[in-house]
Amino acid sequence: MPRPLEPLDPKDFGYWEAHHLLQRAGFGGSPEQVLTLTEMGLDGAVDHLLRWRSVPDPVADPGFKTDIMRPPTDEERQAYRMARRADNEAALEQARMRRQAAQREDRQQMATARDWWLTRMIETSRPLQEKMTLFWHGHFATGYRPVEDSWHMLKQNELFRNNATGDFKNVLVKGIIRDPAMIKYLNNNQNRRQAPNENLARELMELFTLGEGNGYTEDDIKEGARALTGFTFRDDDFVFNSRNHDSGTKSIFGHRGNHGADDFVELIFTRPTSSTWICWKLYRFFVDDAAASTEQSMAVVNEMGRQMQRARYTVDPVLEALFKSKHFYHPTRRGTMVKSPIQLVVQACRTMDLPARNVRRLNDACATMGQSLFSPPSVKGWDAGTAWINTSTLFTRQNTLVYLLTGREPGSNPWDGGGTLDHDMSRLVSHLPDIPRRDRPKDAATYLARFLLGTMPDDYRLNTWADLARGRDLDAATVTRLVAIITAAPEYQLC
Amino acid sequence: MTEHNPWSRRDFIQRGTVFASMASTVPVFLQQTAAGAATPLGALTSSIPGMAQDRIFVVVQLGGGNDGLNTIVPHGMDEYYRKRPSISISKPGTTDGALASGVRGAEGLGFNPAFSGFKSLMDDGRAAVIQGVGYPNPNRSHFSSMDIWHSGNPNGRSEGWLGRYFDNTCNGTPDPQAAVAIGSTSPLALIGRQTRAVSFEKPELYRWTGEDIDNDMKQAYRGVTGDPNKADDTLAFLRRTAMDAQISSSKVRQAASLAPLASFPGGNLSDQLRMVAAMIRADLPTRVYYVTLGGFDTHANQAGQHARLLQQVGDSLKAFSDDLKAQGNDGRVLTMVFSEFGRRVAQNGSGGTDHGTAAPLYLIGPMVKPGFFGRHPSLTDLDSGDLKYTTDFRQVYASVLEDWLKTDSAAVLHNRFQKLNVIA
Repeated sequence: MPRPLEPLDPKDFGYWEAHHLLQRAGFGGSPEQVLTLTEMGLDGAVDHLLRWRSVPDPVADPGFKTDIMRPPTDEERQAYRMARRADNEAALEQARMRRQAAQREDRQQMATARDWWLTRMIETSRPLQEKMTLFWHGHFATGYRPVEDSWHMLKQNELFRNNATGDFKNVLVKGIIRDPAMIKYLNNNQNRRQAPNENLARELMELFTLGEGNGYTEDDIKEGARALTGFTFRDDDFVFNSRNHDSGTKSIFGHRGNHGADDFVELIFTRPTSSTWICWKLYRFFVDDAAASTEQSMAVVNEMGRQMQRARYTVDPVLEALFKSKHFYHPTRRGTMVKSPIQLVVQACRTMDLPARNVRRLNDACATMGQSLFSPPSVKGWDAGTAWINTSTLFTRQNTLVYLLTGREPGSNPWDGGGTLDHDMSRLVSHLPDIPRRDRPKDAATYLARFLLGTMPDDYRLNTWADLARGRDLDAATVTRLVAIITAAPEYQLC
Repeated sequence: MTEHNPWSRRDFIQRGTVFASMASTVPVFLQQTAAGAATPLGALTSSIPGMAQDRIFVVVQLGGGNDGLNTIVPHGMDEYYRKRPSISISKPGTTDGALASGVRGAEGLGFNPAFSGFKSLMDDGRAAVIQGVGYPNPNRSHFSSMDIWHSGNPNGRSEGWLGRYFDNTCNGTPDPQAAVAIGSTSPLALIGRQTRAVSFEKPELYRWTGEDIDNDMKQAYRGVTGDPNKADDTLAFLRRTAMDAQISSSKVRQAASLAPLASFPGGNLSDQLRMVAAMIRADLPTRVYYVTLGGFDTHANQAGQHARLLQQVGDSLKAFSDDLKAQGNDGRVLTMVFSEFGRRVAQNGSGGTDHGTAAPLYLIGPMVKPGFFGRHPSLTDLDSGDLKYTTDFRQVYASVLEDWLKTDSAAVLHNRFQKLNVIA
């Protein structure tokens, strides 16, 4: 049996290996981009993705407002109190209207931010940074609904993006227990000495660091919650409220002491699964979304965990070893993961250089497919893999591709014959000198299928698809027809 | 039937000899039909072999952990008011007090005033409440507890209980429309070894829009799935799902578009139940429908939020029940309402409640014996602040399986649980 993370021989890194790397560590790319990565070689390609800080970041932030949901000023508070005391209905109504207007504006800003992030993923030159930002969002899942402050959600997003491949323990975990959005989401602003709230303590261990049931008890949760008391926020910033902090002796994992929140985190990171749980999550995100804990997968995850410990919980070196390993490129691990809705949409745009159309529509479609940015279904994040797929989401996936290819919105009137095509899809084949333009439609279908699916479909389907191009010029309309049917194939849902 | 579908029985028979190798690509339930070639096509839509004739089971899931003590209010227990000084529902007869009912077993219990829709079903003899439903060694994680309820398995790790029911009763050849879930994901409860649910949020988009390009595209799409038997796990799953989607598309769209016969209040759950009522009326071969409403994780300032949720649940259930009655189908439909756990007896410091254990469960339909069943858990004899369950949820499952779906519950639940005498 090979060593768990035995490196791939650089000689074995060719076009399809680069194609695989770019899909998994990013969101795929055009044939030209894959070729560029191939020419960098294994080390160069992985370095290029990992050293994202040295790549210029051209996507500007539209200038989000920080204070739509600001807390009321002292004057406003006092005016409100007086209005209540005086039963001044008009003034109270006015305050209520102001609040509702702010909430409306904030929801709009959240939608704008959702569009901004999706656009960023489509246009970024730093695919791994965005992919890891998405990973952390699913890992430290926080939903806008209970947080009700788009700026706090954006600040959290920035924490993930700035530390996308950085220090898990000292920056991300210690950052997340200080993060206003997370504090609000898991009610730690209401976790007080006199009335502890266990929500953050529980999820910190169950979901963020150790995994459910891995080496902690219900008592550890209760005691951990006491350690987290007083961690709250004021306006946009974390504050430690010592009056609400329980400074008594706590016993966590059998260690007695006057533990604070950071002590609690340090204690968590002495537990055996503190390095393997996060590596298990990374493995399922990058390598195999259906992974069962078999001897082979656990050997790789445990080796990743050892690397993680050696690197003091920094993520870079672990990903570097993974992306350069034989295990990662093994044929049984290619084209086997179900694309998340975001991956589906972003990858379609990037590989075919499609216009993003109306990004709001794309986000709506992703929500219907089960993935709404800034609104994961729960603190557990999204269940990946086949959980994305049912008969309904499959139609939405296929229909979203039809929308991207044609600009026709789902549910609109019957087609008008394809005369409205505004994007020249023929560029997908026009660069190929050896694709005869009219008399060999099967060659065109075969090339497009291989490029889009990563695998070759059976002859029955290839012939059916070729018939769609038979007797036609390989113009925009014909290529669009071919791509529409190819992207409706089940294989297109995999990456 | 003008729709041309290469996987349809007619085509399958015509091409049967030519495409002998393609037999494996046809969904299993169609193969069976093809074997009995004399069976009229309509037989596909009326009933499912091996399943109780015409009986339908609807599951309503309240996600997040509904606060049972503030839904069915134990106003006769002083401890309730001691443990919940600011969030309790006051006694019947007071302002915003609990609603009293004359139904059997209601002494000392009342309904949250926002849950009036459900109360009217009780008063009407169309509903029952099972008290103190839970399971041993309660898990207070939303996800784990939900998995336990869905699987009917104390470690939460297996197929769904209704998925196993379909696997067992249909000889492994369930109709792809046997189970329908409204929502963007398919609940674990409906996933079996062979069984998967049809699920969707909007019926009008339950089709491939690329077929609008032209008729050639429409034709090409029929064969786009490929052979599930020539693929590994994930791809095979995708291909089977793609086939199920094609087969169920037009039937489901027509069915769900029927206008309601009762006045639904609006809201997410209401919309879902309205569609379910329409599909029942259109006589889809569906035997289990699954709908969900989230938002019950009321850790803070719960009063207003909880009331809004209960109002929607109660009023939607009432409208659903009325619609079925107007259709004349109410006698065919049993509805169960559950949540993954109740909430802690004592309120927390934030005007809310933390994750708890046992809670009431609700059954609706004229076949249900009206009233309260089981024993209300004690509010003083607690397990670290939480209620001790008095009825195992698998006893409810066993009752539904045996007395409604007419199947051997032990084969589905891998154990024999004592039934409740709640279904007539």
